[in-house]
Amino acid sequence: MNYEILLPNSSFKECAEYIKKNFMEVYYVEAGFKIFDGYLIGVPPIPIAVDGENIILPYVKPCHGCFVLRIPGKEEVERMRKGK
Amino acid sequence: MKALLLMGCPELPVQTAAALYIANKLNCEGFEVTAAGNKAAISLLLNSDPEKHYIKKVMDIDRCIGALAEKKMEIDLCFVFIHSDSGISYLATVKSLSKAKTVAVIFGKEIEPLIEASGDSVIIAAKAVHNPTPLRAQIDGVKSWAALTR
Repeated sequence: MNYEILLPNSSFKECAEYIKKNFMEVYYVEAGFKIFDGYLIGVPPIPIAVDGENIILPYVKPCHGCFVLRIPGKEEVERMRKGK
Repeated sequence: MKALLLMGCPELPVQTAAALYIANKLNCEGFEVTAAGNKAAISLLLNSDPEKHYIKKVMDIDRCIGALAEKKMEIDLCFVFIHSDSGISYLATVKSLSKAKTVAVIFGKEIEPLIEASGDSVIIAAKAVHNPTPLRAQIDGVKSWAALTR
């Protein structure tokens, strides 16, 4: 998957704050929300931002902490805006 | 009764020992035990228990979260192994996806912030990195895991 790391190796809280602080269009989902064929890990409500045709989300790795990723995804952007 | 052991990064040696110890207790109480983790965590378990005396079933942690999210997996009791912030995120995720009673098994050097972040889960916590004995003492303090599911 094509992605850009906006914030590396942080706590989930730091990643959630980063998304809320740096993006205007933010949606909140439950843990386990399915996006890009994966399931979001984190403390709900989990912020997901939309920026143009990109999704910005927190991504938890067991060994490396949490990252904020920017992932191109027109279909997922539309899904977020429709609230599905 | 079904129990899940959800393991994090195996960088702290006590995790595998604690998982096998808890699995043994659960087996004795009649639980069907599944262990989920990343490749390294599962590999450590399987190499420590080659004949599967303690761990009968293993699965990848991402597949496990997916199965819980899709309601394809039901559990009564879930032990989440926590030594970092990632573990807290997995605990919150399990609590969000399942009605199972959750047990936060907390270890490492700085356990206090992790205990605070574990909310209303049953807490099994000890400062332990290499030596599992302090954690084992906490585990032994619970006389019946099955009682937690009632």
